[in-house]
Amino acid sequence: MEKLKISSSPHILSKKTVSGIMLDVIIALLPAAIASILIFGYRSALVIGVCVTFAVLSEFLFQKIIKTKVLVGDLSACVTGLLLALNLPVSIPLWQAALGSVFAIVVVKGLFGGIGKNFANPAITARIMMLIAFTGTMTAFTAPLSPDLTSTATPLEALKAMGTELPSLKDMFLGIRGGSLGETCAPALLIGGIYLIFRGIISWTTPVCYIGTVFVLSLIYGGMDFALYQVLAGGLILGAFFMATDYSTTPTRPWGKVIFGVGCGIITSAIRFYGSYPEGVSFSILLMNIITPYIDKWTRPTPIGGNK
Amino acid sequence: MKNNLRVLLNGFVKENPVFVLLLGTCPTLATTTSVVSALAMGLAAAAVLVCSNAAISLLRKIIPDKVRIPAYIVIIAGFVTVVQMLMEAYLPSLYEMLGVYLALIVVNCIVLGRAEMFASKNTVGASILDGAGMGLGFTLALLCMAIVREVFGAGSFAGMEIPFISDYTVPILVSPPGGFFVFGVLIALVSALGKKPSKEEFGCEGCPNASLCKGECGKEKA
Repeated sequence: MEKLKISSSPHILSKKTVSGIMLDVIIALLPAAIASILIFGYRSALVIGVCVTFAVLSEFLFQKIIKTKVLVGDLSACVTGLLLALNLPVSIPLWQAALGSVFAIVVVKGLFGGIGKNFANPAITARIMMLIAFTGTMTAFTAPLSPDLTSTATPLEALKAMGTELPSLKDMFLGIRGGSLGETCAPALLIGGIYLIFRGIISWTTPVCYIGTVFVLSLIYGGMDFALYQVLAGGLILGAFFMATDYSTTPTRPWGKVIFGVGCGIITSAIRFYGSYPEGVSFSILLMNIITPYIDKWTRPTPIGGNK
Repeated sequence: MKNNLRVLLNGFVKENPVFVLLLGTCPTLATTTSVVSALAMGLAAAAVLVCSNAAISLLRKIIPDKVRIPAYIVIIAGFVTVVQMLMEAYLPSLYEMLGVYLALIVVNCIVLGRAEMFASKNTVGASILDGAGMGLGFTLALLCMAIVREVFGAGSFAGMEIPFISDYTVPILVSPPGGFFVFGVLIALVSALGKKPSKEEFGCEGCPNASLCKGECGKEKA
């Protein structure tokens, strides 16, 4: 009888660890980061470096100060910093980028209990905070491939203004356009997203529903060309693959993910077509983050033998 | 004498009306965008608080219990009108700056709360001290918030620009969301530094849940 040992559940352990998942996300974001350096020049590397450094440092110091276990090794702060950097324009003053990273880690994540307990996506929330706080510098987008950082309108602003010249669809796809660091280069983002889906880190449901909803609504609103521009413009692809799939702030069940994706798509399109801001991806993801607990409640499965 | 001093100092930190009792949140958020308006608001409220506390304490045996709240509001509104007229006459620019919030001191929960919790049960002298302490505590809290918000949000202090900081301002602090943020952080700071008043000291009169719990909350621990 001595050989029979009973331990508490879980009995089957998966090989997935938090740091492993986060490492995969970093690998998936690397193409977009490299593309941003190619498109916007070396300053984007500087912005990424500042964001990642301050995110990791603030996580370390915060956990030291409140005397909890220091979990910097799980790389989640690194991912948050990287995601935030990819959501910023290249000309952002570095102190603002650093402040945004600290806000993401300390206020959005740390104060709510750390990794897995935050209800809103830290990078998205920090970006919105910065958009409201530093509207001027956050919307000063620079033209791609220009050494002297000339400012330009983003395609979404151009679509709204009517009559301003739009980049060609090929340039749109390759990311030769104004915008945030990591949001412009569609192939790089798609490579990263597909890598994550194949590794089983994210499911295809949310991104497909999200982008699909925006495409269909744009098709109805303004025709085929307009719809293609809408899908390629702004932070849609980046948001759909990397932000709307965050574990702790989005629904866990498949149908919940569908609701989440479609909801994000509707809000994004509504803000883009009728709102005063040109872009609605970050607002839509934050709003859907907030109702995620309800979506999880609606889509809770009935256990076998359980009463309906 | 020692007791009187304690009554006066209570309002500063231990029972600070804004950061510990969480009263008067509306004027706190609305008037702390600049140091000048915060100071004016705090002192105006403090003046009303001292006068109304004194008057209510004098009349505490005459006012029938059933109509005490309307009676308090009439007394408070009288003093607010006096302060308002004085400010309009002698400090017109401040009067313009505070706008509707000056008249809203009538329904400021600190003034009404101290009338109900303290002045209706204590002597005139102690009530005046309590009013002064609470009023100055309110002013102090408003100043703290206004300094954080104006210095880091607008890069100035009482309208004077600060050379280095004005290049690195965070304008969101001056707007309402930033106000809530500073408010939350300061509440956390005060409750981390100071000892919270226990339920016995705080009393059921000042507790918004009193009608629901009927004094049961204190018994839980025992």
